[in-house]
Amino acid sequence: MIRSRLSRLYRSYGYLPYKVNKFEEYDLYAQYKNFLACKQILTFSDTDGRLMALKPDVTLSVIKSASDRCPVHKVFYNENVYRVPEDGDGFSEIPQTGLECIGEIGLYESAEVIMLAAKSLESIGPSYVLNLSHIGVVSGILNQAGIRQEDQSEFFAVLGAKNGPALTDLCRRFDMGPQAVSNLTALTELYGPTEDVLSRLSELSLPEESRRAVEELKELDVLLKAFGPARIHLDFSVVDDIEYYNGIVFAGFIEGLSSSVLSGGKYDRLVSRMNRSGGAVGFAVYFNTLESLWSTEKEYDFDIVLVCPSESDLPFAIREASRCIEAGETVRVQRSEPKGFTFRTKYYVRNGAVES
Amino acid sequence: MTEKKMINVALPKGRLGEIVYGMMEQAGYECPEVLNPKRKLTFENEERGVRYFWVKPSDVPIYVERGAADVGVAGKDILLEYSPRVYELLDLGIGKCRMCVAGPKTFRDDESRTLKVATKFPHIARRYYESKGRDISIIKLNGSIEIAPILGLSDVIVDIVETGKTLKENGLDALETIVPISARFIANKASFQFKHDEISAMSQSLSEICQTKE
Repeated sequence: MIRSRLSRLYRSYGYLPYKVNKFEEYDLYAQYKNFLACKQILTFSDTDGRLMALKPDVTLSVIKSASDRCPVHKVFYNENVYRVPEDGDGFSEIPQTGLECIGEIGLYESAEVIMLAAKSLESIGPSYVLNLSHIGVVSGILNQAGIRQEDQSEFFAVLGAKNGPALTDLCRRFDMGPQAVSNLTALTELYGPTEDVLSRLSELSLPEESRRAVEELKELDVLLKAFGPARIHLDFSVVDDIEYYNGIVFAGFIEGLSSSVLSGGKYDRLVSRMNRSGGAVGFAVYFNTLESLWSTEKEYDFDIVLVCPSESDLPFAIREASRCIEAGETVRVQRSEPKGFTFRTKYYVRNGAVES
Repeated sequence: MTEKKMINVALPKGRLGEIVYGMMEQAGYECPEVLNPKRKLTFENEERGVRYFWVKPSDVPIYVERGAADVGVAGKDILLEYSPRVYELLDLGIGKCRMCVAGPKTFRDDESRTLKVATKFPHIARRYYESKGRDISIIKLNGSIEIAPILGLSDVIVDIVETGKTLKENGLDALETIVPISARFIANKASFQFKHDEISAMSQSLSEICQTKE
């Protein structure tokens, strides 16, 4: 249901469905391992001896297939990926719906993808929040303070946990200036609707690179407003993977679910590593996390159970069952007393008549 | 969004949890029943918008990560060991101790051999020795760690040290400090979005209490 609703949404904004094979050559993933969320890959040998993999990720396949002829490649997919979940210790099949926009990515494309992420959440649950961040705001501060690339992920991890005390310790360890420390501390605390946070960001005295990132967020905000109202919050704790994402990143939450159900952002680095021109922006919705939303327990297994012990009554029972089914009921016809399931009402068919 | 939402609080069973409840009470989230549980499992003060429950200290991050509790209090040792995906909003400055490497007073590390380390915290131990480039083999135990080096099961242990008294009694010494430990106020990432005002207010009041304590 939700999957078809999402597909309709993406189609209506001009995205084309994309279907991948269940398997890809293992080489593809080995080459770009750094860009995979899950480094473990389920492999097997094909009949011709090639090492194949059950795909752990769809994005790589999408980029591989994107032709350079078209300036912008817009697709969406409904696929299963095979990964080891963070809290699990075996491979799982994870249903995923995603959307990718590859090629010449400008402000419009970014805004459109963010808006579609918000609309996706809206169609899953009415109460949602899309948290938006820009990696450049944080990395601008870190770059100016002379923090090396390989040390930056530690800062992002601490920001990701909104861990103020640990941030202070970390800044001390790297001997950062008071301006950088106060800026980073402010970023751990900033959270809220885009407008409010943007106005508070303009009060900070940020380095040039960060200011450019804030400027981009402002320009995006203008376009997002034109798309219509959406619950988008700025939150600098959205910084999952700085090796993968650059620029904007976002994560979506649905009320009643304990972790994020959607994540995405701009990932130009992977595109250029795969020798394609331009950049990319996209997101994925994790359907495994949504399961608990739908587990509304049904009161009973069937509405009606028709018990028809005698063979001669069967034609009557069939007509009776069809009539109920047409009226929208679920009906189970039984030759003997029902056992092992629940139902609303039970009828007996005897001598061409229904009795309760 | 104007309606006030209930916050589910996971408290760690034991002395630390009682101190934490004391701070919550001071912060205006009182619910005296909590200290006298009898048979009840959850305790509610609807007016103050809180619901408490006691869980095993090492389970607090699990309850919070999975959203059964919106917030909770857990030791940094447990957070480092399990790395749950939660927000770590506050250092409460209580339950202070150290994660240490301990061993016989006479211990000398022979770097030509694999070091045998007994611990309840295999991830912390592995990460620490990896950062030093030392090859170790981990022996995961669930209690009475101090006995391991005495019986020759391991060369050293990685464990929490509060006063060092237990170690001394067993002829052991804290050899290196890995990281200082204290209790942290943690929050579920999704709850933080949907109960933002309530959780922020709680965090703010607790932080004020921490400051007056210092």
